[in-house]
Amino acid sequence: MEIRVLKDRCTGCGLCLTVCPFAAMELSNGSIEINEACRLCRLCLPACPEDALYFAGAEQGQWNREAFQGVMVVGEMLQGALHPVTLELMGKGRELADQLGQELHVVLVGCNSGQYGQHVLQFGADAVWIADAPELEYFRVEPYANAVEYAVNKVQPNILLLAATNTGRSLGPRLAVRFRTGLTADCTYLHVKANGDLVQIRPAFGGNVMAQIITPRHRPQMATVRYKMMEPAAAQRRPGARIERIPLADAQLRSGITVHSVKTRQQQPSISEAEVVVAVGRGLKAQKDMQLAYDLAELLNGQVGVTRPLVEMGWADHTQQIGLSGRSIRPKLLICFGISGAVQFNAGAASSGWIVAINEDPEAAVFQMAHYGLVGDLYEIVPDVIQGLRERRAQHAVF
Amino acid sequence: MVHIVVCIKQVPESRDVEMDPVTGSLLREGAASVMNPFDLYGLEAAIALKEHHGGTVTVITMGPPQAEDVIREAYMMGADRGIMLSDREFAGADTLATSYTLSQGIRRLGDVDLIICGLQTTDGDTAQVGPGIAELLGLPHEAAVQTVHKVDEAGLWVQRDMGDMVMELSLKLPCLITVTRQVNQPRLLSFRRKMATKDWPVEVWNRADISADGPDYFGLDGSPTQVERMFPPEPHDQHERWEGTSRDLSERLQKWLLDEKFVEQGAAPWKSES
Repeated sequence: MEIRVLKDRCTGCGLCLTVCPFAAMELSNGSIEINEACRLCRLCLPACPEDALYFAGAEQGQWNREAFQGVMVVGEMLQGALHPVTLELMGKGRELADQLGQELHVVLVGCNSGQYGQHVLQFGADAVWIADAPELEYFRVEPYANAVEYAVNKVQPNILLLAATNTGRSLGPRLAVRFRTGLTADCTYLHVKANGDLVQIRPAFGGNVMAQIITPRHRPQMATVRYKMMEPAAAQRRPGARIERIPLADAQLRSGITVHSVKTRQQQPSISEAEVVVAVGRGLKAQKDMQLAYDLAELLNGQVGVTRPLVEMGWADHTQQIGLSGRSIRPKLLICFGISGAVQFNAGAASSGWIVAINEDPEAAVFQMAHYGLVGDLYEIVPDVIQGLRERRAQHAVF
Repeated sequence: MVHIVVCIKQVPESRDVEMDPVTGSLLREGAASVMNPFDLYGLEAAIALKEHHGGTVTVITMGPPQAEDVIREAYMMGADRGIMLSDREFAGADTLATSYTLSQGIRRLGDVDLIICGLQTTDGDTAQVGPGIAELLGLPHEAAVQTVHKVDEAGLWVQRDMGDMVMELSLKLPCLITVTRQVNQPRLLSFRRKMATKDWPVEVWNRADISADGPDYFGLDGSPTQVERMFPPEPHDQHERWEGTSRDLSERLQKWLLDEKFVEQGAAPWKSES
């Protein structure tokens, strides 16, 4: 398959150069050449006013789709507990399996992973595959890959999902090589076509463009999914739900990696890397009210940022300052209160994914950049939100 | 003495592309190319290890002829040898075919102790090629390394940083690592080395050179994934004003935080099984 150029039609106008996302087109001797960077996205085809470009497709080889049935997700352990991303993978996995009318399988690899088998079966899995051995205490890629490979060979799934965590990103490509199949990273959206093909959508070019990717002739179709992107699985017990063991011989547990020491530590918080930032400014009446920001940030797994005046007053550290003279931030969510929205602040905050602002003044400049502007008294709204979220957390006590 | 191979890639300098929501065309400024920024850190790690332990640093890249620029740049930083895998047949490669092509090039190099890749490329963002190469060559690997310590008889010592957990690891040689931007501060290109290396050759290997002992899994035909289409992301550019009693506003915000998954939801009795 390739994009071909009809040289007698090409006028060398260069319009296709401007639409090619991969810089795969070059102008040489008055006509277009397509180089190795071409990914066959075919965006150039409609751009050509002369119809000088065409897609030369290949015949599809014969292979048996029916041989690959079911969805398998690779769960993850975190310091001896089940990583919550496991439930998210299962939520998406169950949905895809239901669309296909097929089974959901979960693989759990780790030391003492066996104790979570029954849990997993309470959240919609038809089968959970357990590899449990002392050698699997810490992630080492070779034995982990061997464990998943065993389950995949037994089930022959149509779809194999992993988390786009450090572990999943290490494991996924090795498995894709073993099964000689496609792997799409960081999918934000997945669904199946009627023929069982998995439509995988992921951000490209730093999120400026979305790419829709398929793996039409290879199985399993593999994808990684970011943490906190998918809906967690609901509680349901499937009829015939079962636990299967993954036996691993000594040779399969061997690794070229030795773990010499493990230390736990306090993470250094940073507003630049935080996914959620709660920002406060001069609208706070007293230094003690900073606690409102810290309480809300804690509930949202976020960090606290401030405007410049608060740093000058000594209420916060300069590393927390957002704005032109402080740090630029790009969290998924920014919640501002007590901030009027000076240009210097907005400049450092405007590229945040979602911006929620609370301010009493309906004309406050901060509302111009906010996606959701709450017109009201922060001293009434924020404490109520904190209390509400705390009550929720108490009900669902997770960790 | 160690032989270190660093995989590098030429990428577009800017990824500030926007898509015209009506025509679907990509609007992109210029087409300047640079070495993938993550690779600079990999190269620096390799050169630092060479300076400490002795040995050689080979850089390898897959790309069209103009990718020679990134090999020249690697020479200016301190690489000793540069290989370019260039062939029309390599075109349209996804991460699997790219891993395969690079691994075949590395196979041909023979004695290699350590392979270093940047964590990911700025034009693909997948972080898949490094681990893929390790699997194809049957080597242990560690991805997203933030600290490289040393090489000794136990192998390569690195730190794995999981945020709240830090592990000291050693990998038996030969092995592969991918490195993050935290691993070092890449040195600047040396003008003196630019002069000294301007006549150095860049070896170009084509498909025939690297397909001797393996199947033809190159380029588009060797790529299981296909880009079906590209489209602009849904912008969330709405600006809603919420008004009402403080109680209502609070309820509405809490519901929105739940819906958008900014707070943990659902029952998840993970740690407490008895």
